[in-house]
Amino acid sequence: MKTDSFKKLAPLLSGFVFAIGLGLGGMTQPLKVTAFLDLFGHWDPSLMFVMGGAIMVHMPVALWLRKRDAVTGTSVAVEGCGVVAPAVNQRLFDFKLVGGAAVFGAGWGLGGFCPGPGLVSLGAGSSSAVAFVVGMAVAMALFAKVTVPHAKYRLPNWLRLPTR
Amino acid sequence: MNSTWLLSLGGGALIGVAASLLLVFSRQSAGISGIFAGAINPNTSNADRSWRVMFVAGLVLGGTVLMFARPTVFGSSVRSIPWLLLAGALVGVGTRLSGGCTSGHGVCGLSQLSARSLVATLTFIATGVVTVLLMGAGGSP
Repeated sequence: MKTDSFKKLAPLLSGFVFAIGLGLGGMTQPLKVTAFLDLFGHWDPSLMFVMGGAIMVHMPVALWLRKRDAVTGTSVAVEGCGVVAPAVNQRLFDFKLVGGAAVFGAGWGLGGFCPGPGLVSLGAGSSSAVAFVVGMAVAMALFAKVTVPHAKYRLPNWLRLPTR
Repeated sequence: MNSTWLLSLGGGALIGVAASLLLVFSRQSAGISGIFAGAINPNTSNADRSWRVMFVAGLVLGGTVLMFARPTVFGSSVRSIPWLLLAGALVGVGTRLSGGCTSGHGVCGLSQLSARSLVATLTFIATGVVTVLLMGAGGSP
């Protein structure tokens, strides 16, 4: 019972702790972000330690869980944000991955916000974060509209072309 | 190692704890762009939406609490509102194309030793550097 209700609340707690980490780490200061990206100007390397600290803690847990799941046969969404199912034959480079990351980086450098700190700053009542999150939400909604949801439009098996 | 770096390392460690909580108890990767996109997508099922909404609510609530407890963690913005709308739009489209952002690829993906996440992370840092090079680091010009 107790573990069950904790399981239900885990996403809320995780989001909350994530926000505190982003704030203390310096990610909610757009000028600190652009200073981190200002490699050829007044470079401030401190945000590198945010990523480093996060990976140092998360990697052992993630790898342990993956190893355990391999034994028990459970699967976890692995890649990126977990929306993309971990495909077996995914290439290392493709247009969507590299092009998308390039566009994201441009937006990150332009506004000094990535999605997490944008939402955290929204909670703090920052008007620039409101603008950023509105832009992000509208773009995501439009993106979801123009991309075909695979599951919805999948042809029945007997109609599908044979794949190589 | 100066105190700013230590604070960043500590903040990063908390992010690692948060991502681990979500992975262990909800079996989800803490990629914020994907969680948020799914939360606002009308095609998301109710069961899938509830944990996403809770995570985003936790993030926003954390921001509100921080605003009262430690307001100095929120810095002034870099650009004017129209630029920020464009920045948000680029981040929205870019993260949906590449399937992750700083948290999804940079923290979760790299922690899973995903080579594609490494490619994505190096790419978005590189174009971020180029953007700041072209547009300036912002602030008082």
